Amino acid sequence: MTDLSGLDRPNSYIGRSVERPNAARLTRGRGRFVDDIDLPRMLHVAFARSPYAHALVKSVDTAGAAALAGVIRVVTMSDLAEYCTPWVGVLDHLKGIKSASQWPLANGKVFSQGEPVAAVVAASRAIAEDAVERIAIDYEALDPQVDPKASLAPDALPIHAELGDNLCFERKIDTGDVDEAFSTAAHVVEAEMRFNRHTGVTLEPRSIICDFDASQRALTLYMSVQCPHMSKNLFARHLNLDENNVRVICGDVGGSFGIKIHTYADEMTAAALAVMLERPVKFVADRLESFITDIHARDHEAKARLAVDGDGRITAFDLDDLTGIGPFSVYPRTSGIEVNQVLNLTGGPYAHGAYRAHGRVVFQNKNNMCQYRGVGHPIAVAIAEHLVDKAAKVTGQDPAEFRRRNFIADDAYPYTSPSGAIYERQSHRECLDKLLEKCAYDDLRAEQSALRRKGVYRGIGLVSLVEVTNPSPAFYGVGGARIASQDGCTLRLDPTGGVTCLTGVTEQGQGTETIIAQVAATAIGINMANIRVITGDTETVPYGGGTWASRAAGIGGEAALRAGKALKQNILSVAATILQDRAENLDIRDGVIVTAVDRTERMPLSELGRIVYFRGDTLPKDLAPELVVTRHYTQNTYPFCFTNAAHACYLEVDTDTGMIRLLGYWVVEDCGTVINPKLVAEQTRGGVVQGLGPALFEECIYSPEGQLMNGSLADYLVPMAGEMPDIVVDHVVTPTQTSELGAKGVGEAGTAGAPAAVMNALNDALGPFDVELTDMPFTPEKILRALGRVSGRDQK
Amino acid sequence: MMKRLVTLSINGEEVSAAVEPRMTLADFIRSEARLTGTHVGCEHGVCGACTVRVDGRTARGCLLFAIQCEGSEIETIENFGDGKGADLQQAFVEHNALQCGFCTPGMLIAADELLRDDPSPTRQAVREYLSGNYCRCTGYQAIVDAVMDVAERRRRK
Amino acid sequence: MKPRTFDYLRAKTLADVFAVFEAHGDEALILAGGQSVVPALNMRLSEPAILVDINRIPELDRIELQGGVVRIGALCRHETVRRSDVIAGHVPLLVQALAHVAHPAIRNRGTLGGSLCNADPAAELPACALALGTTMVVESASGSRRIPASDFFIGFYETSLEPGEVLVAMEVPVAGNGEIHFFDEIARRQGDFALAGLAAVAKCDGGRLVSVRFAFHSCGDRSLLSPQLSAVVEGMPNGAVDGAAIDAALKGDLDPPDDAVTSSETRLHLAGVLVRRALAHINSEADT
Repeated sequence: MTDLSGLDRPNSYIGRSVERPNAARLTRGRGRFVDDIDLPRMLHVAFARSPYAHALVKSVDTAGAAALAGVIRVVTMSDLAEYCTPWVGVLDHLKGIKSASQWPLANGKVFSQGEPVAAVVAASRAIAEDAVERIAIDYEALDPQVDPKASLAPDALPIHAELGDNLCFERKIDTGDVDEAFSTAAHVVEAEMRFNRHTGVTLEPRSIICDFDASQRALTLYMSVQCPHMSKNLFARHLNLDENNVRVICGDVGGSFGIKIHTYADEMTAAALAVMLERPVKFVADRLESFITDIHARDHEAKARLAVDGDGRITAFDLDDLTGIGPFSVYPRTSGIEVNQVLNLTGGPYAHGAYRAHGRVVFQNKNNMCQYRGVGHPIAVAIAEHLVDKAAKVTGQDPAEFRRRNFIADDAYPYTSPSGAIYERQSHRECLDKLLEKCAYDDLRAEQSALRRKGVYRGIGLVSLVEVTNPSPAFYGVGGARIASQDGCTLRLDPTGGVTCLTGVTEQGQGTETIIAQVAATAIGINMANIRVITGDTETVPYGGGTWASRAAGIGGEAALRAGKALKQNILSVAATILQDRAENLDIRDGVIVTAVDRTERMPLSELGRIVYFRGDTLPKDLAPELVVTRHYTQNTYPFCFTNAAHACYLEVDTDTGMIRLLGYWVVEDCGTVINPKLVAEQTRGGVVQGLGPALFEECIYSPEGQLMNGSLADYLVPMAGEMPDIVVDHVVTPTQTSELGAKGVGEAGTAGAPAAVMNALNDALGPFDVELTDMPFTPEKILRALGRVSGRDQK
Repeated sequence: MMKRLVTLSINGEEVSAAVEPRMTLADFIRSEARLTGTHVGCEHGVCGACTVRVDGRTARGCLLFAIQCEGSEIETIENFGDGKGADLQQAFVEHNALQCGFCTPGMLIAADELLRDDPSPTRQAVREYLSGNYCRCTGYQAIVDAVMDVAERRRRK
Repeated sequence: MKPRTFDYLRAKTLADVFAVFEAHGDEALILAGGQSVVPALNMRLSEPAILVDINRIPELDRIELQGGVVRIGALCRHETVRRSDVIAGHVPLLVQALAHVAHPAIRNRGTLGGSLCNADPAAELPACALALGTTMVVESASGSRRIPASDFFIGFYETSLEPGEVLVAMEVPVAGNGEIHFFDEIARRQGDFALAGLAAVAKCDGGRLVSVRFAFHSCGDRSLLSPQLSAVVEGMPNGAVDGAAIDAALKGDLDPPDDAVTSSETRLHLAGVLVRRALAHINSEADT
């Protein structure tokens, strides 16, 4: 065993549920969120936003607003034109994807409700809002395209005339002989499903303070963001600033989940205004703005079928997925990635040979849709797992047994799926077996059956899934986006013997700083208490991608491991000189240099630090101690790593009221090396609840005119404590061999599986009624209608 | 509208500022008293992030105007550990009952009131009591665990 | 999201309130608990010239047993009422209902009078007031008057309060011997406004339902009594009410809203489910 595998060291923090060093601060009101910052001479911005989903902006009269006391400036796009260039959300590797130019403020036309048309900068947010009410805008309403299918009709008016039609992106996969599989199938099951549009509702809204120093043409952005370096590039590029002069500082982030990773017109406007006015400008979206402008998620309609042969084996999937993304493909990640994921991942755990998938991404006059926690996964998982349950039923098998029979064989890895995804190694059988044990599956079935005789309807929903993590440059970089898939870690031994750690991955509350500290401390051989992790400041941290695609642990963690090992070697070589020993005879334990074989203490790191930093005169002239080390890591072995998981949901349906009560939820996940079990469990639980939300409550409801009907927290129902179940989480550990650390990431698998688990449990509960619900969210209305308790209106 | 001099007692200290009547208590606490632990999440009384204690009971800081609160005792998260709440703060850390931490001050103040009202709550009672405080990160379970743990520890004392 | 500007006056007496109304008419708005008023102000859905804060007016926050009625001051907070021994002993319906109202921090501030005057069709308290046969005590510069709850809620967020009138108290008849109170609602989440809700007050005698007042929320443009349903059940033996007659009565008396999530028909169905639960409860209580 090499000495630094990390896993078996006596002072290893890998696999330990250490507390998060930054948690105590947050319990005492000592967080530092963007809105907590108040810069001298700072101004506040508010926006006049379009009430229309689609309209010409014929005129904007800002005189009344500008005259209000406390108002510094009122601008429209023509005022910003010399400060800011437009952007287009396309990537080269999504063949054929198209979108239109987006401007920070409306450029003569608005394409969705909430698009900013004019901006007011004032001494306070309240005054800015007063002024917004005094802006007179003359709109000429245009017909909105709200339905994706209608948007695709041959006679539908293109939302962007220059693009010709409303099809943003289309992809087809057809491998194996799908027609043959279906024509020879013993059973074919099929379904139509609808995945509701919902949104992130980060408790801290999008927030930015833009501070421009004209003397240096330097822009400092205090942002609540997931990817500081990406933002640095984008703001520099579109504000015509030298990228070296743009600094992004990301302090505490009050939740992100994919919301805070995109380019938003209002944030770009705030930055342009800071450049224009040479004063700090703060924009904090209020909750109503958040609902209509934070990216929305999902909004898919899918039709899919599955073929089973006479042995009860899945032979083919065939699916069609249509998604409405609003009027633009979001910059810079595009709104084509989600459908791409649906096509890549549907049926991922199974050994079917034939696969056909057709995905279409369609423009419409609603808010923009883009990558949100679990990107595409909840759809891919729900499509496959619903069909798998139906196939189990039609073949007379228990859904667990049917899954077990159809998983990719354990000895078939690495395995290339029919969609082209390469799985290094998955543990579906082991996860499912452990899950069934954890949830006492047989007992649940017995209880279900006994209660059913009393008119109590409970259901068990099983799900097996794969999740993309640790992306290589194949995700964005090859498409031309300046979004780093590599990440770096810098470690500096300080004279105190403590270590300062700078990492390019970011902290959004998931515990990044903790796990990076665990890895680095373990690799070096110091105590957690003696390492301080710094994230989020592009002026100091290594260049990196930040937080997305569940990459912080797998990529950032590996960089930290490599940096830690390198720093340790550097320390030991200096120590060897000082101690007149050989470096390979020495080790570091708990911050003390020891003799490797017997752990005899030789010298604390603080003493080494003292000598190196203050008494270099006592060291040999040619020693050149290097106690700062940076290492980077890119996962290049596969396009992605894949985690896997099995979920079970147990629920009861009140067939009188249509109300669902969640009784239990279990997850067994395999994220590879578990750095911190508690954090993995908490990521999983939070992720599950973020998937339960849209299955039961969350939906952005639009009128036929393209108006969001429930854009407040009183009307948009997020999951709250009262309705959520306790969630049991356990692990199977299959470390990835792509890195020494072996961690694959865990941020999104919970969200990926929960909607499908609820859907399967609900349909299982209602099995005796021979109904099928596939239209999320599963409201009392839909359930009562399915049960025939109410006749209801036509369902859209 | 004319600004008025408003003097509030926050965490036992008097804070005076000339503000418009429309300034909410939450905004006064943040921008005038410069206590930024009270967070603003929705400004319409739903999310619970701005929960503070007013005259001994919890209230939404966004649903009160600062000017209304003259003569009241306001307590915020910054004053929390000095009272009985330090064990709750510690339990939140131990159970990782927070991720991003934005909901945490409001959640702690609500949880503290829950345990004052009902020292031996059931898990479901905790869930229902806290159901006016939104947390997007944790899934709530660790928060319930932390509160139950503190209830148990206080009972044992 | 900041309110428009307004002036503010802290009233020390009701006379202060009447004076503001005299000066500002319908430009003045009473600020009591503020748990509905302030969200509307913050969202700029409401723009009073002046807020009259009645929170410090003495004597509006008392709960008193006065002969056959419990007099509840309009400024009594939801949570105070929910924990009151007098209420628990004499108006158990309110204790049951208030557990469904929003969340503790809201109930700590929200007042009973404020909720009744807001007359939200989805709110629990107006339905309770109807079921309990509450009398609203109203004062104005020209004197006081008493309005039965059944005449108080007259439309969508609309009451029969005249300009310049202030609700000062509610008088609730104490629950008589054998009176059974029932409250339930179907809400998607704890504390949410209900898809449908029911407050019922029943008197039984000798195994028969002598009188039952059923009041529904979220089933019309305001909280509604169902006299047809009362007619169907009154005089019937416990547990012998015909389901079809219930549904017909509800259809006749209720007119639930139809929104993008929940249809009118579903709300009507849920009201029927609640009535059956109520009758079962009344039946079991009457037996014991």
